[in-house]
Amino acid sequence: MEYMGIDRDRLHFSWVSSAEASKFITVVKEVTASVKALGPATKFVKDRRQVS
Amino acid sequence: MIGYIDKIREVALKLLNEEKVDMVIGYRQGSLPMMTEPCFVKRPEDVETLIWDSNCRINLAAYLMDRKEKIGIIAKGCDSRNIINHLVENKIKREQLVIIGAPCKGMIDNKAIALQFGQDIDEYQETEDQITVKGGGTEKTFQKVDVLQENCAICNHRNPVVYDELAGDLVEEQTDIDRYEDIRKIEAMDIDEKWNFFEDMLSTCIRCYACRNACPLCYCPTCFVDESKPQWVGKSNDPNDTRTFHFLRAFHCAGRCTDCGACERACPMDIPVRLFTKKLGKDCLDLYGWEAGLDPEQRPPLDTFKPDDPNVGMK
Repeated sequence: MEYMGIDRDRLHFSWVSSAEASKFITVVKEVTASVKALGPATKFVKDRRQVS
Repeated sequence: MIGYIDKIREVALKLLNEEKVDMVIGYRQGSLPMMTEPCFVKRPEDVETLIWDSNCRINLAAYLMDRKEKIGIIAKGCDSRNIINHLVENKIKREQLVIIGAPCKGMIDNKAIALQFGQDIDEYQETEDQITVKGGGTEKTFQKVDVLQENCAICNHRNPVVYDELAGDLVEEQTDIDRYEDIRKIEAMDIDEKWNFFEDMLSTCIRCYACRNACPLCYCPTCFVDESKPQWVGKSNDPNDTRTFHFLRAFHCAGRCTDCGACERACPMDIPVRLFTKKLGKDCLDLYGWEAGLDPEQRPPLDTFKPDDPNVGMK
């Protein structure tokens, strides 16, 4: 995705077991923080009129 | 390389006469100079239609999927690697095949020659190193190395990887080539440059799916782009949908693509679609030391797990 021109911080991969609640929280916090820092997406966005 | 044809016809005739195969898949002359088409020879008297020259660029492995008969097939380096892919993916059995290996010194780019010649080409001749075309009262000679297809110029598996018969002596493999210069150039761009590069590159795509249809890897009964329940990707030529199609297709070919160039040749808009598949080829080589279609006994990296697999981008 980075090769295509999508910011690396927009896409996250993680492996979280159902027993790892605290890891899940950390990952979600990290994901939301890094996506918020980038602001709204401008790439790969379709106008709502186009899809509805 | 041009001299292979006698041996190819001889082997094909022997196989058909002895009923070792039901048909031989090879090339015959197309309707225009510098064009060949795949042909299925089923009768011994038809082996004379088989030809061999530097225009046999079609990947014949694309005609093997789910065949039930016994088949003789002519295979260049790339075709043979795609045959191994089919063996690994259970699309054909090795016992069904007699592979006539054709050590390959590269196929020529007919579009590039036509462009440089600037006239309609009526006649075509080739020697070991030179290509001569005639038409409109003029003629021009090219050095073969100057007009090779780009994927052939950077090929590092010219000899068939698997074969039962050989049409000629094995050729020397190219070792001093840089296969991924173009990919590294894109990787070095910043994020917006990358986006705009592909936006521009794909702007002419008409979503004809010729790249998919020509590809020996693309044999799914229903391709993801043709599904409607659910619809994975929009069917118009909206830039986002076009981009999704091309990148997703490349991902489906990850660890399988042999860089045979079928997709790029098929493209009527001359979009360099190999830039997608090559990137994933490069990643497979860098991360897993993997090149597709070299060993029928080895499972591809994307369907095996090893404890020391690299964790790219995983948290």
